[in-house]
Amino acid sequence: MSELFKVSSNPHIRSKVATNGLMLAVVIALLPAAGFGIYHFGPRALAVMMVTMGSTVLTEYFYGFYTKKLTVTDLSAVVTGLLLALNLPVSIPLWMAALGGVFAILVVKMLFGGLGQNFMNPALAARCFLLISFPTAMTSFDYDAFTGATPLAALKAGENVNLLDMVVGRTAGTIGETSVIAIVIGACLLLLLGVIDLRIPATYIVTFTIFAGLFGGHGFHPAYLAAQLSGGGLMLGAFFMATDYVTRPITVKGQYIFGIFLGLMTGIFRIFGPGAEGVSYAIILGNLLVPLIEKYTMPVAFGHRKGGKHSEK
Amino acid sequence: MNKAGERLYNGIVKENPTLVLMLGMCPTLAVTTSAVNGLGMGLTTMVVLALSNLIISLLRNIIPDRVRIPAFIVIIASFVTVVQLLLEAYIPFLNKALGVYIPLIVVNCIILGRAESYAYSNPAIPSLFDGIGMGLGFTLALTVIGLFRELLGAGEIFGYDILPGNLEPIRIFGQAPGAFFVLAGLVALQNYVKNGRKKAGKPYEKIGSGCSEDCMNCKDSKGCTKRFYDESKPSKAAKKTGAGEPEVLDLDREDK
Repeated sequence: MSELFKVSSNPHIRSKVATNGLMLAVVIALLPAAGFGIYHFGPRALAVMMVTMGSTVLTEYFYGFYTKKLTVTDLSAVVTGLLLALNLPVSIPLWMAALGGVFAILVVKMLFGGLGQNFMNPALAARCFLLISFPTAMTSFDYDAFTGATPLAALKAGENVNLLDMVVGRTAGTIGETSVIAIVIGACLLLLLGVIDLRIPATYIVTFTIFAGLFGGHGFHPAYLAAQLSGGGLMLGAFFMATDYVTRPITVKGQYIFGIFLGLMTGIFRIFGPGAEGVSYAIILGNLLVPLIEKYTMPVAFGHRKGGKHSEK
Repeated sequence: MNKAGERLYNGIVKENPTLVLMLGMCPTLAVTTSAVNGLGMGLTTMVVLALSNLIISLLRNIIPDRVRIPAFIVIIASFVTVVQLLLEAYIPFLNKALGVYIPLIVVNCIILGRAESYAYSNPAIPSLFDGIGMGLGFTLALTVIGLFRELLGAGEIFGYDILPGNLEPIRIFGQAPGAFFVLAGLVALQNYVKNGRKKAGKPYEKIGSGCSEDCMNCKDSKGCTKRFYDESKPSKAAKKTGAGEPEVLDLDREDK
């Protein structure tokens, strides 16, 4: 925090909102999904969560200790760890989960300057890192003591899926993504608290729905669209990952563009890609485009004409 | 000072082409999936680099300044062709593993860079050793990168499986992102060691020929090696302008 902040003249209003308060709200909002994951997949899910949260918090602590800048109290490492765990299959070896946590905090976040400087969502970057590194362990989903296909994979293969099970969450998948109900409860909490708004999730989901309807091969069949929406990590990604303060555009127009881009990319990955799922890749790809989106959607200051003398710098 | 030894030290440690000058990134990232590939690529490049440096240095008074780049390319391309034919004949597995990156040595910026910044304005023997030193530095860096990537990405060292039990290798290190991770780690380590020496007050040498764009503190007393013309012989540009000083890239001039 050595840089000088450019401040305007007084009076200044001091907000009571602090980083750790926001992060605590996100953790609480994730509890329904996490709790359902533990109930659904058994105590091993809790172990995976403990390992990822432990590794993210410890990595942040030791990095802060080494650079004499302790930032671990802002709770962002806890959120990253919990989000990472919710994105992992329950059967993952624990050392891989721990490695993912270290990668998320050390490589993606701290080496780029810590919270606020990370160029992509650390939890999702770690998930993709693990997905590329350990493709087998990351895509074998155990549920009820047998390894089954996720509903999305079944849907892609043309099989029938039980929509009610998908909404409630009685399916195979990663720890936190299966239950739409639990995720939406948490998302409503965040919306009510004003931590997130609906711009990105709504544009994301609507764009994806239209894309799936147009190119999914089933037309706008309600059951197919509902299955696409409630399967996989779409809900978790739309409400908890795409809305990450650091890696989303700050301009309102940019957030709509961001949401539309995510919807299109997820649709392309899911429908035309080789795999059944594409939410995490879509979001980190979107994260990379954020600076560009912001550059072109930066509003013009009051009194300055667009394209005028002072519009640029 | 022993010129040849100094050149070798310069190429391997002080101005390591991969870890300090950041040259030749394309083969560095592409072929280092295993230690053997890194070693093969490095040695192949070293042979071409040393020979082309020698020949360019010998011909430096004959090649006109204006067409020196095409002339360098012709010399380098000839050696690359020879080396590739030899590899095809005697080490076919390496030739297959390195693939298109062997012909691409022609446009490797280390070779062109050394020709331009060193061999073209220095005598033959130092130029030869400059090529060998730079080549060895390149080989060393590529082999180490390959070693780490092979160990982490496949659990092997020079093709021998050493991974205990049923631990799974981290496959990302066998792919492009892993190359960036390992390279960044090595560069960071190299900077850490150098900065440590600087803080401890030990001799710390600045980069000379890979110009750090800091002409005020440049210790290159014989003249900037990034210049376009050789100053040991009265350069054509200097004659034309009538100035006693040879034309040197002066980055501070704009401020005055």
